[in-house]
Amino acid sequence: MPRLLALGDGALTLEFGDRIDAGLNAQVMATRDALAAQHLVGISDVVPTWRSLTVHFDPLQLDRDRLAACLMQSADAPLQESSLTTRWQIPIVFGGEFGPDLGAVASATGRNEDAIIAAICDLELRVFLIGFLPGFPYLGELPEWLHLPRLKTPRAAVPANSLAIAGAQAAIYPWVSPGGWHLLGRTPVRLFDLADAARPALFAPGDSLRFTSVSGAEYTRLAAAVAAGEMASSAWRTS
Amino acid sequence: MIDVLAAPVPASIQDVGRPGYRHLGVPLAGALDREWLALANALVGNPAQAAGLEMRLMGPRLQAVKETTFALAGEFSAVIADATGSRRSASSWRSHTLHAGETLDLSVVKGGIGYLAVRGGFDVPQVLGSRSTYARASMGGFEGRAIATGDRLNICRRGSETAPSLQLPQAPPLDPGPIRVLAGPQRDYFTDAAWNALVSNEYTVTREADRMGLRLDGPLLEHDPALGADIVSDAVTPGAIQVPGDGRPIVLLADCQTVGGYPKIATVIHADLRRLGHLLPGQKLRFTAVTIDEAIAARHSAAHALAASVGGILPVAAEFNLDALYGANLIDGVINAGTAY
Repeated sequence: MPRLLALGDGALTLEFGDRIDAGLNAQVMATRDALAAQHLVGISDVVPTWRSLTVHFDPLQLDRDRLAACLMQSADAPLQESSLTTRWQIPIVFGGEFGPDLGAVASATGRNEDAIIAAICDLELRVFLIGFLPGFPYLGELPEWLHLPRLKTPRAAVPANSLAIAGAQAAIYPWVSPGGWHLLGRTPVRLFDLADAARPALFAPGDSLRFTSVSGAEYTRLAAAVAAGEMASSAWRTS
Repeated sequence: MIDVLAAPVPASIQDVGRPGYRHLGVPLAGALDREWLALANALVGNPAQAAGLEMRLMGPRLQAVKETTFALAGEFSAVIADATGSRRSASSWRSHTLHAGETLDLSVVKGGIGYLAVRGGFDVPQVLGSRSTYARASMGGFEGRAIATGDRLNICRRGSETAPSLQLPQAPPLDPGPIRVLAGPQRDYFTDAAWNALVSNEYTVTREADRMGLRLDGPLLEHDPALGADIVSDAVTPGAIQVPGDGRPIVLLADCQTVGGYPKIATVIHADLRRLGHLLPGQKLRFTAVTIDEAIAARHSAAHALAASVGGILPVAAEFNLDALYGANLIDGVINAGTAY
């Protein structure tokens, strides 16, 4: 049974579990869709995560008990296989100055750098949530042998567009930010673009991602093309 | 239009925030004290949604390119100077006219925070439905950042450029009591001793204080050893009190991230959220626990009180007499605000 938790008087969190788990996330997304179908007035934001769904609302417009009942009812919605998955192929330049932790990840897992790159590019990762910073995708799940604890001392400034891993998750930082994950490489792709008002965040929960390894020269060429507005985001879509 | 002649401390354009995009990782942002921004807006005849300037510690020095009606919410030492060097003070909680070429010096912001509203509101592009500045992602406000020397701020046109002078008969008081909290979604990650420490001790705002949050010093809050200090990230909100492994609480504010991986022991109720924006490093605060019904009742009262304040705004009919009256009321306000922290 999911648990209802108060996040202040203006938000309710429905918690399905406390783990990183694709099954829990599927329940979260089904609940989100079922709640949206009820068109309740007074809700400002609905935030799905790996394991919980938070509804930010105004209790002066929407009775809190009514929302709680609607949320519990929505949690009973049957799971649906999403048929409209967007697939992405994202270029990454691995290692060196772009991925300063690649060597350390290789030694920690007892493999060489090329094997790490090959393993990452062999994965099909799913976007489980967007959060933390605008457009920041939480990706999962990594194979168990790649699970590493966060850095003991977080970096004060992770460069924008860094591909990073920690535990079962991978992510790409759309903005310069403090961060404690292991940096493997960097992408020229813009993850959040206000010029695309209909879809400012490139990725959405449920999307599927693959990475391709590109050379430093190719990265520089693609980054310049993105900066010049010559690369539409659709260039990275495969379906 | 207004020119920024000097901006010694970051001041940012804010409105009621950017709801509706937190599922994309976009923070709510917006004014830390929305009531004061709403009052400043009402004093110049703006709707509550208009964008104003949020200032802390020291405000900017501005110059009107065209005649501008403005109002200040908060405690300032505000001085208007004309080209001849003649100076007059500009009291808060009423509208004033800044003539073309005149400067407005907002050098001291007392009491932690203050707002400047201009008739029409600041005209910066709406980004995802809001003019609020969110600097980390260079979003909203003036070119996505705090205002700086040399900026020229545009102002939205209003039907009539000149409005009657308006004033609030009494400066709105700040509740001097402890900050009210509800038990947080991860209250069970903490020992009872930690909960009791939070609601019975004094905490001090550290230097790590900005629009994202306030890190507090005080008795450490111990996590239940069986559960630890890490959770799989879930949603946070302004007012959430998260506690990393070091046991030092962080109260999140308007620019906070949308999800977080630290357990949240408590959440400041909506009615008291604005008071957090007034706190400066070194200031002390206390928390007290309330029930959800009390929190929602407080939200109702706050909404009614704001509506009553806005409804009580009057034209400045007889300038001389009302100034004297206003001065007396301002002293009331100072006493109330001064005992708040």
